Amino acid sequence: MTIRHNLWRTLFLSVAAILTVSGPGLTRDIPKLERRVTDLAGILTADQAAALEAGLQALEDSDSTQIALLIIPSLDGDPLEDFSERVATAWKLGGKGRDNGALLLIAMKERSVRIEVGYGLEGALTDALSGRIIEYEIVPAFRTGDYHSGIRAGLDAMTQAARGEYSAPRRPRDGRTGNSSSPGRLLIFLLVPLLWFVSVSGLWGGGIVGAGAGAYLAYALAGALLIPILAGGALGAVVGAIAGALIRSAARSGRLTRRGGLGGPFRTGGRGPFGSGGFSGGSFGGGSFGGGGFLGGGGTFGGGGASGRW
Amino acid sequence: MKKGTLTGLGCLGALLVGALIFGFSIQGIYNDVIAREQDVQSKWAQVENVYQRRADLVPNLVATVRGYAEHESAVLQAVTASRAQVGSVKLSPEVLNNPAEFQSFQQAQAGLSGALSRLLLVVERYPDLKANQGFLELQSQLEGAENRIAVERKRFNESAQAYNTRIRQFPAVLVARFFGFSEKQYFQSAPGAETAPVVDFSK
Repeated sequence: MTIRHNLWRTLFLSVAAILTVSGPGLTRDIPKLERRVTDLAGILTADQAAALEAGLQALEDSDSTQIALLIIPSLDGDPLEDFSERVATAWKLGGKGRDNGALLLIAMKERSVRIEVGYGLEGALTDALSGRIIEYEIVPAFRTGDYHSGIRAGLDAMTQAARGEYSAPRRPRDGRTGNSSSPGRLLIFLLVPLLWFVSVSGLWGGGIVGAGAGAYLAYALAGALLIPILAGGALGAVVGAIAGALIRSAARSGRLTRRGGLGGPFRTGGRGPFGSGGFSGGSFGGGSFGGGGFLGGGGTFGGGGASGRW
Repeated sequence: MKKGTLTGLGCLGALLVGALIFGFSIQGIYNDVIAREQDVQSKWAQVENVYQRRADLVPNLVATVRGYAEHESAVLQAVTASRAQVGSVKLSPEVLNNPAEFQSFQQAQAGLSGALSRLLLVVERYPDLKANQGFLELQSQLEGAENRIAVERKRFNESAQAYNTRIRQFPAVLVARFFGFSEKQYFQSAPGAETAPVVDFSK
């Protein structure tokens, strides 16, 4: 009893360990994105942070460009560029496909600052320009200890640099993660039961091959839905075949007309439970994001930008 | 006769379903592997892009440095030579299937990395050059290129490793063998070769 209990415990723990290890190997937690200004080092007063936040919000409202600020006490040994890229990627600043996001990252202990630029802003906020903003706008104020002025000047400069290019989808990222639109998915959901029904009634007509072809067609159209529908379809086909044969023999012996059989038991017996069972597994994870406040729009980053120290 | 028909139908149906499931799983695995291979290739295209971006900076950089530091011709020649070496390595997704070609690509790029960091070290001796606006811009661009290389290499490696793992897993390995999918090469970090040139901003 206890041995078995321990076995389960061990199993559970090892699975948990594997899951933890096989995560994206983060050496440091990415701070949660809740607003545009995230000051974990307590450099800014509440008023200052609110003003910066408002400025960045105004930029997004007018240009859709998303710029965020993150101030951390220390990098804890992480390389600046590496951490910055991870934060920007996790926060998904910028619009999806437009990639018009940028991040200003400040690490107090390391006295390092980085501007991370999304793919879509690379033309406007070039590496060289980012470097200049750091060198001429941010670092001089930081050296005198006036962090707020440096941050404000830096964000102003980034805003100005980003203006005017927001709407141009500059860089056609390979649309590998082709999100099928919802009408397409709706169509699939309508088509699959329909084809399934066709296949089952084909079975009723006596054509098992037709049923197979129908099921395959349904499967092929369903494409990525694979397993759940496949399982549902296969199960349904088996049960349908048996049910069809049964009903047919019942119809012969019980002198039911074919038409009557189809109207009566067939519909409920053959289609009802399996149809619904097959499709319930195929629901899509909508990937809902919890929490209110500010959210990144799905932008991507490729390491553009510049770093500096003060 | 009735009973016979029924049993026959049942067997036929079961067989058919079995065949269907078999076909479906092969198709599913094949499509999955193909999608992953496409992902590897598109990530590789990004890697090539960012390496090209760096290579494109070299002629300008060499010209700018030469204007201030003519005596450093050895270092400058080394940069130019390794730039030429990089340019001579042919680039295509096929490189990923060929360990030797991949190795020579990686070596050529590492050679350029080394030559560039030596160049930036030499530059430290020329205050005028370091203050030159054009040079500063080039330096920013070079840093940006190096950082992009690091990012895209990392993403490529992740994708290639996911693909390699997939085609070695059990049912998939049979499908991969049958259709001739081969493992992709990916970057092994060589000590020292991959560190971006360190630039001291504190002067």
